[in-house]
Amino acid sequence: MEKILVIHPEKCVGCGSCELGCSFKQEETFNPSKSRVTVLRWLRESLSVPLTCLQCDEPACEKVCMVGAISKDAKSGLVSVDEETCVGCRLCVSACPFGGMNYDLEAKRVYKCNLCDGEPECAELCPTDALEFQPASESLVNRKKDLARRFTEIYKELM
Amino acid sequence: MYAWKGTILRVNLTSGEIKKEKLSPQDAKDYIGARGLASKILYDEVDPSVDPLGPDNKLMFATGPLTGTYATSGGRYNVVTKGPLTGAIAASNSGGYFGPELKYAGYDLVIFEGRAKKPVYLHIYNDEVELRDAGDLWGKDTHETTEKLVERHGENFKVACIGPGGEQQVLFANVINDMHRAAGRSGVGAVMGSKQLKAIVVRGTTGLKVADNQGFTDAVMRARKAMQEDPTTSEGLPTFGTNVLVNVINQSGLFPTRNFQESFFPEADKTSGETMASTLLVRNKGCFACIIDCGRVTAVPEGPYKGEGEGPEYETAWAFGAQCGVDDLEAISKANYICNELGIDTITMGSTIACAMELYEKGIVTEDDVGMDLSFGNAEAMVKMTEAAGLRRGFGDKLALGSHRLASEYGVPELSMSVKRLEMPAYDPRGAQGMALEYATSNRGGCHVRGYMISPEIMGVPQKLDPDVTEEKAAWLKTFQDLTAALDSSGICLFTTFAIGADEISAMLSKATGVEYSTEAFMEAGDRIYNLERLFNMEAGFTHEEDTLPRRLLEEPISAGPGRGKVARLDEMKGEYYQVRGWAADGKPTAEKLAELGL
Repeated sequence: MEKILVIHPEKCVGCGSCELGCSFKQEETFNPSKSRVTVLRWLRESLSVPLTCLQCDEPACEKVCMVGAISKDAKSGLVSVDEETCVGCRLCVSACPFGGMNYDLEAKRVYKCNLCDGEPECAELCPTDALEFQPASESLVNRKKDLARRFTEIYKELM
Repeated sequence: MYAWKGTILRVNLTSGEIKKEKLSPQDAKDYIGARGLASKILYDEVDPSVDPLGPDNKLMFATGPLTGTYATSGGRYNVVTKGPLTGAIAASNSGGYFGPELKYAGYDLVIFEGRAKKPVYLHIYNDEVELRDAGDLWGKDTHETTEKLVERHGENFKVACIGPGGEQQVLFANVINDMHRAAGRSGVGAVMGSKQLKAIVVRGTTGLKVADNQGFTDAVMRARKAMQEDPTTSEGLPTFGTNVLVNVINQSGLFPTRNFQESFFPEADKTSGETMASTLLVRNKGCFACIIDCGRVTAVPEGPYKGEGEGPEYETAWAFGAQCGVDDLEAISKANYICNELGIDTITMGSTIACAMELYEKGIVTEDDVGMDLSFGNAEAMVKMTEAAGLRRGFGDKLALGSHRLASEYGVPELSMSVKRLEMPAYDPRGAQGMALEYATSNRGGCHVRGYMISPEIMGVPQKLDPDVTEEKAAWLKTFQDLTAALDSSGICLFTTFAIGADEISAMLSKATGVEYSTEAFMEAGDRIYNLERLFNMEAGFTHEEDTLPRRLLEEPISAGPGRGKVARLDEMKGEYYQVRGWAADGKPTAEKLAELGL
């Protein structure tokens, strides 16, 4: 059964365990700037929100890709980039409304969350379950979509 | 090197010269990092008799090898210098996100020397390091300063800065990082102010590698598991924050009240973490890589004490609460917000106001001196005095020197509840003999976080000791002090030690650095660091005579409450403590002890 990564921003305490786990597992280095998941922090309000690829049903990144390097796996739900095909134009980075697509300046490649092949380290290490990897029940999927909508609204406000 | 970045940044504020130097692998191994390593450099480079606020004192921002990793609560850094409040070595420890960012930028440690001709801040973006003009930031509080710098440089930059308190050299000014976290005690912010250094703003993207990925992960997960299973780190602190202690300590009869005249505050619950959770609490917050997340985001939505921020922590809730006889949590929170915005230490501030309140009660200072009624319990005056001290206005200018100088000016130094001029925090040592020995001997003066004997004596961690017994407390304290010194130097938070000990921490350290630290070697490093700090203090002019407590605590029994009748029996422990430490009867480390530690 498809599992999805669910974000509960109201539970996030801003510790960044997700960023550390992600960069260490994916890059073998502790480096939040190389993490697929990013914790946004508002200092004055002491507010924080983890953001990562939501593996959208209709991924904007896939739509804008000119060379067809991005695809969504129907079974697992994972949206992935074929590095061989990717030409590094970075349209996908701009297109993603959630900042889920990243560009590595040194390696000159785009990179995104790959759900750690089914065991996302970010959710594993989150101390407050602000990130959870769960079977995609209908209610969870609806929750995720609702969250995506709210994020889009927040972003519009901030822009 | 693994876990250490291997680079020290040296910034001469007088000449403007900035140098990158190699970290000595031997020093790194022997002193670990953060508190230990910076103390070693301070001892090697600074004459202990130096004027703390003069250009010859140095100021260091130091991370440990575990800072920036996902080791349990591995986000700490230390500010190390000679402290102006005490004249002793100062190492103030803070969480938040600043320390890891400094590490990611490529530096274990930054050393500031000299004094800038005009206000400056240090801008670090990986390799790019430069001093910039801070003229427009001078005078701004810590929140505004942080916001302006983040706005200017980008939201990924992390900021450590001083507020007006540090600029005006309030002797207990602190350094505030990430807007809400403090390197709090001993006046390290005043040293920063004396150097005309307003802030450090840092962004790092170089990352951090450890020596043994799998081994490190295993060691961290073992420590995490212990913390997830421990009631203090998995329930008490996350649920109620550090302020969970108010009722515990009060009911144990060692909750100092009205400048330690009593040790039980009947109204304590009004200021407790439990009360906070149902009133002012907005949400919980965690420092970098922390699974405890004891931070409290709070707000007073309206009224005379309107404000928002983080805290109060336990010590703060006590300092502005019971210590001043105040039971109004909103007023306490307001004083706390003011301290964080002005950049001053809440413990010394609250206890200095309490000292002034006792002077007022005894008629030694009058309403004419203060400009208002300063009776115990006057919450409004407490808040006003906090602001006045941070800005050095009126009577606040006297408060800005701390309780010892205040009480001395009026000829009654014994009314300052301090050791080595540092105000003691929220545990009456008459109710916990090991804590009495800790306050008396701690290298930074009246301090609880050099050897937290409350843990065994009250909380029963790692095992319950009778708080009223003096036997064996010396050996226990040495172990706690050495462990804390090594832990502070590693870059993780002291709160982890409710659940883990030297075995777990040394394992994480070994796997991260690739240097094998046995539990014994780790504890020996702590002993080495502790002795080095002691040497600095001895050469700064301290003697065994200052290893003592205010007379009140040695002679006047607690008058009421569960602690009734108790005094601190320091004499029964001090000699034994020196022996256990390998020090002579005059409190000086012996030549044999120093040789054993390679000092």
